[in-house]
Amino acid sequence: MGKVKITIDNTPVEVESNLTVYQAAKQIGINIPVLCYMNLEHLNIENRPGGCRICVVEIEGRKNLAPSCSTLCAEGMVVHTNNRRVLNARKTVLELLLSDHPKDCLICPKSGQCDLQDLAVKMGIREIHAVENAEVSTYRKDISPALSRNMDKCVLCRRCETICNTVQTVGALSVVNRGFMSVVAPAFEEDLIDSPCTFCGQCVAVCPTGALTEVNHTPKIIRALSDPTKTVIVQTAPAVRAALGEEFGYPAGTLVTGKLVAALRKLGFAKVFDTDFAADLTIIEEGNELLNRLTKHLNGDTNVKLPILTSCCPAWVNFFEFYFPDMLDVPSTARSPQQMFGSIAKTYYAEMLGIKREDLIVVSVMPCLAKKYECQRDEFQVDGNPDVDFSISTRELAALIKTSNIDFNVLEDEDFDHPLGESTGAAVIFGATGGVIEAAVRTAYELYTGMKLQRIDFHELRGLEGIRMATVNFNGTQINIGIAHQLGNARKLLEGIRNGMYHFHAIEIMACPGGCIGGAGQPLHHGDSSVIKARFDAIYREDASKPLRKSHENPYIVKLYEEYLGNPLGEKAHHLLHTHYFDKKKIKAARKNKN
Amino acid sequence: MNTFKLQDCQKTTIKNICASFKNDPGELINILHKTQGEFGYLPEDVQREVALNLNIPVAQVYGVVTFYSFFTMKPKGKHAISVCLGTACYVRGADKLVDELKEQLKIKVGEVTPDGKFSLDCLRCVGACGLAPVLLIGDKVYGRVDPEQITEILESYE
Repeated sequence: MGKVKITIDNTPVEVESNLTVYQAAKQIGINIPVLCYMNLEHLNIENRPGGCRICVVEIEGRKNLAPSCSTLCAEGMVVHTNNRRVLNARKTVLELLLSDHPKDCLICPKSGQCDLQDLAVKMGIREIHAVENAEVSTYRKDISPALSRNMDKCVLCRRCETICNTVQTVGALSVVNRGFMSVVAPAFEEDLIDSPCTFCGQCVAVCPTGALTEVNHTPKIIRALSDPTKTVIVQTAPAVRAALGEEFGYPAGTLVTGKLVAALRKLGFAKVFDTDFAADLTIIEEGNELLNRLTKHLNGDTNVKLPILTSCCPAWVNFFEFYFPDMLDVPSTARSPQQMFGSIAKTYYAEMLGIKREDLIVVSVMPCLAKKYECQRDEFQVDGNPDVDFSISTRELAALIKTSNIDFNVLEDEDFDHPLGESTGAAVIFGATGGVIEAAVRTAYELYTGMKLQRIDFHELRGLEGIRMATVNFNGTQINIGIAHQLGNARKLLEGIRNGMYHFHAIEIMACPGGCIGGAGQPLHHGDSSVIKARFDAIYREDASKPLRKSHENPYIVKLYEEYLGNPLGEKAHHLLHTHYFDKKKIKAARKNKN
Repeated sequence: MNTFKLQDCQKTTIKNICASFKNDPGELINILHKTQGEFGYLPEDVQREVALNLNIPVAQVYGVVTFYSFFTMKPKGKHAISVCLGTACYVRGADKLVDELKEQLKIKVGEVTPDGKFSLDCLRCVGACGLAPVLLIGDKVYGRVDPEQITEILESYE
């Protein structure tokens, strides 16, 4: 790739010729405003439809203004990014966008986090000229168990479309209809619940406005906390502690575990527990399941299904239930940590307290939006009472802390409660891509070989590449491991397995970019993927700082099996900690025909 | 809503159309064009089948179908009437042709008569501006049409 000499705002600069004007300007510290353009460079995700025209610049010799996000640099180009003509054009573009946008910013769920609002502030929009009484397009609202679609607020940036189709290959969303009637919708404008949507929520994570948001469950939690007849306990997922701080002004990658616990206690939760405890439990079950299948396989049993696929990620479960119904017996039957926690809380812990399961309310704080759907699944209820009552995202928790007038930044660090709050480093890394399988390997190695691990860190399993493969030596037995994050990469791996191209023993899959740390319930990254990288590093720092780093060494887990569960994969464990999967395509089609 | 169910032979028809374009998603518009020619319209199951053959999301197919006014998800009448509302036709009174047709057929634009005989649509410029105002019934073009001729034209389709 050659270099070209161009001039940007009177500054001569030499850049690679495959750069856009936007990228070249960024290199010399000029940040051109963008709206539809998004580049998550650490994750190889780009949206560049060149549609919104917020990023226009003037190029000498060219009649029209050019969109800098999609105009390549050329030798001798003279660019002006902020003369009056450019600034006026951007302002007009924004005013036109706002002319067909609701003006209820003050009470919008995205208020304060909205890229459109930020642009309006930055450009000093104080009135919308010439279109004061312009018609505003309206569309019905679609509220699914996890995501909410309010297309009146859509600016047609197509970020969600790119994420849903190109990155996740879910194919639930597309721009439909034309002109003023255009909206982003599933095929035939069905509701999300009837579409192939997995509730991964990555569309919400990239939406610049309030068009796509999570369904807010905090009011239900406030109600439960105010009910004296209920004991309300909370579990927090590993990825939450690596991101919550961002909502309170801490740099990305700051671990706020102690403050998180203190804040939850201040909010009135009777006990503050850790989903990490259940993650350790997951490893015991999933690790044993892996060993079980592996041993059978090595003994020549041809009926055993390998590779084993992890099943912690609810969006991934929804994805394979819809797109790979022929492979439902391949994933591990182990429930996700959220659901294992709920199940143990409403049996073991409720019995310990001597209360009925109906009087125990289990709340989860998750980096994830699909967890909202997962906890509502029929198979995770006992006589209509869910194992996990409500799931809120990291963002919702931050809002709850703020609205409860708790000064997060001055809180003293506190520790999780026992018994469901003890965890190991293996559980912490569940939050990052590659973490679940590394945790499983740490335990499976020791169970399989009967030897102590000399080296706990498996660097070959870590990283942010979309698909990774590694071989781990179990004292002479080579275990082939595959890892994928983002559903598009998962699809590639799965299709490869179906075609007999790959021969793995175990595969870990997480739906979101970077794993749970890049989950759709996390503080918004606003198009900056370095945030996700920083959280990734934080997760492994927390692991390294833990005294115990292997799930089977968690003393409370050992105790739980001794006192209550019996053996891993035993009858009680099977009943409380495992699940089964359904052909979602069939179920959705049947429901459609019924309507 | 979704009353149309595909027969196996119809699935084969769609499969063959897609195959004739090498199942290339880039040919989606041409494929839909040909498919609509075959079925008369593009009901839900037809779109699902096209998506399946091209290995693309149904949402994307639906997006294209709803974007182009040429594509329709409603069945057309046996004789599809299209009135040109391009600039030349419009200034020469095409809107009055539409009004007259609506009146006589007792349907709105985009609808089909209850007996399934006629459907009424508008389109933009058929490239016969010299004959304005123009209307099409099936492939037949009627030029310099006066509203008073409508009765006679419709009767010729008994």
